[in-house]
This record gives sequence, structure tokens and C-alpha cells, in this order.
Amino acid sequence: MDKLFKRRWWKILTIVLLVYTIIAGLLAEVPRLAILNETIRVLHFHVPMWFGMIILLTFSVVYAIRYLNKPKAVYDMYTVAFAHAGVVFGMLGILSGALWANFTWGSPWSGDPKQNGAAIALLIYFAYFILRNSLEDEQQRAKISAVYNIFAFAALIPLLFILPRLTDSLHPGNGGNPGFNAYDLDSNLRMVFYPAVVGWTLLGGWLASLMIRTKIIKHKLYELEENDVRANAFSAAQPEPRPLERSADTER
Amino acid sequence: MLLHEIKWLLKKEMILEWRQRYALNGILLYVVSAVFICYLSFNLQQGQLNVVTWNALFWIIMLFVAFNAISKSFLQERYGRQIYYYTLTSPQAVILSKMLYNLLLMLLLAMICFVFYAIVLGNPVQNLWLFGGNLLLGAGGFSVTLTMISGIASKASNSSSLMAILGFPVMVPILLMVIRVSKNAIDGLAVSVSYDEVLVLLAVNVMVGTVAYILFPFLWRS
Repeated sequence: MDKLFKRRWWKILTIVLLVYTIIAGLLAEVPRLAILNETIRVLHFHVPMWFGMIILLTFSVVYAIRYLNKPKAVYDMYTVAFAHAGVVFGMLGILSGALWANFTWGSPWSGDPKQNGAAIALLIYFAYFILRNSLEDEQQRAKISAVYNIFAFAALIPLLFILPRLTDSLHPGNGGNPGFNAYDLDSNLRMVFYPAVVGWTLLGGWLASLMIRTKIIKHKLYELEENDVRANAFSAAQPEPRPLERSADTER
Repeated sequence: MLLHEIKWLLKKEMILEWRQRYALNGILLYVVSAVFICYLSFNLQQGQLNVVTWNALFWIIMLFVAFNAISKSFLQERYGRQIYYYTLTSPQAVILSKMLYNLLLMLLLAMICFVFYAIVLGNPVQNLWLFGGNLLLGAGGFSVTLTMISGIASKASNSSSLMAILGFPVMVPILLMVIRVSKNAIDGLAVSVSYDEVLVLLAVNVMVGTVAYILFPFLWRS
């Protein structure tokens, strides 16, 4: 993953796909449907946010599991960065969905099970961030928040995938399978929609990778500074350190 | 071996609770006064409450009672004593015994809550068996989830408010299912109508329990 973050090809792909999405999404031919009219174009900007959110949060959980398996500080950084990116996507999804719902369903919030599910998913991850902030010790923070991350994700699955199937929803495919075929996506829309999903998800990955890389750099800088400070203080206070203290220092 | 440990830990929990009865009495009083306050604030004669409101209010009271009853399960004991358990038993036994104990406690509280609630606000429930079974499933879900959350929250500094924000969103799937089944029970619908929900509820309980069982050793060690 570390090496992949430094590669350039997928970032270029992201830009190409998103430029295509924006141009084709706004200009291409769309089916004329009664209530939707031109708002159907939001499809390319709203639905991929959910795909992106789920994929990013899944990555976050995977790294939480890896952290518990093998406690490396880098895994914790991955977990948080993916969770952050996922939450950003979730918020954009809710906002774009509210905008769309305002035109098609009559109000920005209609109490739809999927809307509620998304809002609760966001609450869970906000709680995750608060939990992280309230723990002082770095290792303990990483470990306990990883535990909560996995636990919350396990509780989230029924909410996002099973509950909407049990109730009526205003979303397409309501009452039964909320899958995409029910939407009768016509081929024109599909030509833009699938690249849009890939593009937005890659953008989320890019966002997370930038966060992770700056965090790693900051961590390294902090460590260097720490060493510097310690070395200076040490040499100033005691020109000749006693052997016992020296060994304690190198151990650290 | 594990069962043996669970048995002893469960016994210990009960003895501990019985010795410091103020906690148990406190939570019992909490249930009764919560119900009574709801009754007074609706300012109603018996049986006039709308069925949907009756149902939602009952489960919200249950939710808060569960939070208050279970949040102490890891906070009550001193740090040193927890280390002592750590040397004696396996973490799985600790979490399972706490869950089991909280389940029993929740069942007791749910029963008291329902009886008192039905006395002051009327009892519209038509299918008592389904309602009771649902109460059991709900109590199970609450105790499993909240025991784990209280374990997580006890590691942090401001644990009582953290318990609420960590717990509420995680509880929502269970709460929604339970409310739906209990509405069916109140309306006296055939049991087959609620199969889906009961199945999901069971699955959620088992899944959350398993995840907690796997994750707790990591929490314990830190």
C-alpha cells in the first residue's frame, strides 16, 4: 500500500475519470423521466459517495484488524485516515442526497431508512473520533479505537444492508432488494455512472493517502526533534553521561 | 474450564451486587421513577395513550434503564482488582460472565418496568408471548452490546458521557427491530409476520456477541 501511494498512474486515472464524469455527467443525454427531469444527473455525484464511503470504511476496518494482529503505528494511521475520508464522503453523500430529495421527494429529509442509516453511520464514526481524542496514551488509543472500529462496523452492517430491505424506502428498489438493476439505468447513464464510481472512490483513496503520508512525515519529524532536544539537553547538563543513563537512552 | 470460570465469575458478580445493595435498589428506583415521570408528564388517564407512543416510550425507558444498569459493569471495580482477575481467569470468561449477569439483570428490570408501566399507563398488548420473547431478545441485545461498550468506555477518561455517544448509534439496529416486533405483538398480529425481524434480531445478537468475544481480549490486555 505504501508503494502504491507513491505511484502516479492511478492519480492520473482519477483526474481523467472525474473530468469525464463532470463533463459527461452535466452534458450527456439523459432519459426524460417525470419527476426526476434533469435532477437525474445528481446520480453521478450522489450515489458514488456511498460506494466510496463503504469502500473507505471497509479499508479502515481492515487496517484496524491488522493493527490488532500486529501493533504497528502505521496501521493506526491508515485506520484513522480511511475513516476520515469515509466520513467526508458520507457527509457529501447526505448533502447531495438532501439536495436531490428536496427537488424530487419534496423535502430535504424524508425519514427514509437509508437516510437514517447514513446519518447513524456518521454518528458512529464521530463517536469513534471522540473516543480517540479522549484517550491520552498513543498505543492505548490505537488499540481501543481499533476495537471500537471493528465492533461498530459489525453493528453497522445490519443497519446499512439489511434494514432497508425490510422496510419501504423512497429509494429505488424499495421494499425488496435495493439493488441497482431495479433502477432501470439506461445505457447512457451507465456509461457515465460506472466511471464516476471508480473515479470518486479513487479520489477518496487519494485523500486518505495524502493524510497518511503527511502524518508519517510529521511523526518522523517529531521523532527527530525529540531526539535532538534530548541530545542537546543531555550534553548541556552532563558532558559525560554515566553508563547507566546512556543505556536507558539508547533503549528508548 | 471456561464454563467453570464463567460460573464462578457469575456467582461473584451476584454476591458483589447483593453485598452493595444500594446499586441494585438504585436502579430499581430509577425504573419506577422513570415510568412514573412519563406517566405524570403525559398527564393521562389509563389507556389513553396512542399505541405507537406507548411502544416507543416503553423502549426508550428500557434503553435508558439499560444504559444506567450496564454502564457500571466495568466502572464499579477498582483497577487493581481487574488486574487480579487478569491473573486468575481468561478474558473470555470475564466478558461472557458479565454479559450473562447483565442479561439476567436486564430481564429482571424489563419485567418490573413492564409490569409497572402496564399498571400506570394501561396494557394494550394482545400477544403477550411474542412481547415477552421480544423483551428477552431485546434485553439480550442491550446487555451484549452495552457490556462491550462499557468495557471500551471504561478505558477512557470521561467514560460516562462517552458511554452514551459510543452506545447510542450502535444500539439503533437492535432498538429499531425490537420496536417493530413489539408493535406487532401489541397489535396481536400473527407471529409469522415478525419472523423476519426476529431472525434479524437473533442474528444481530449472535454477531455482536461473537465480535465482542473475539475483541475483548485485546481490550483486556491494554
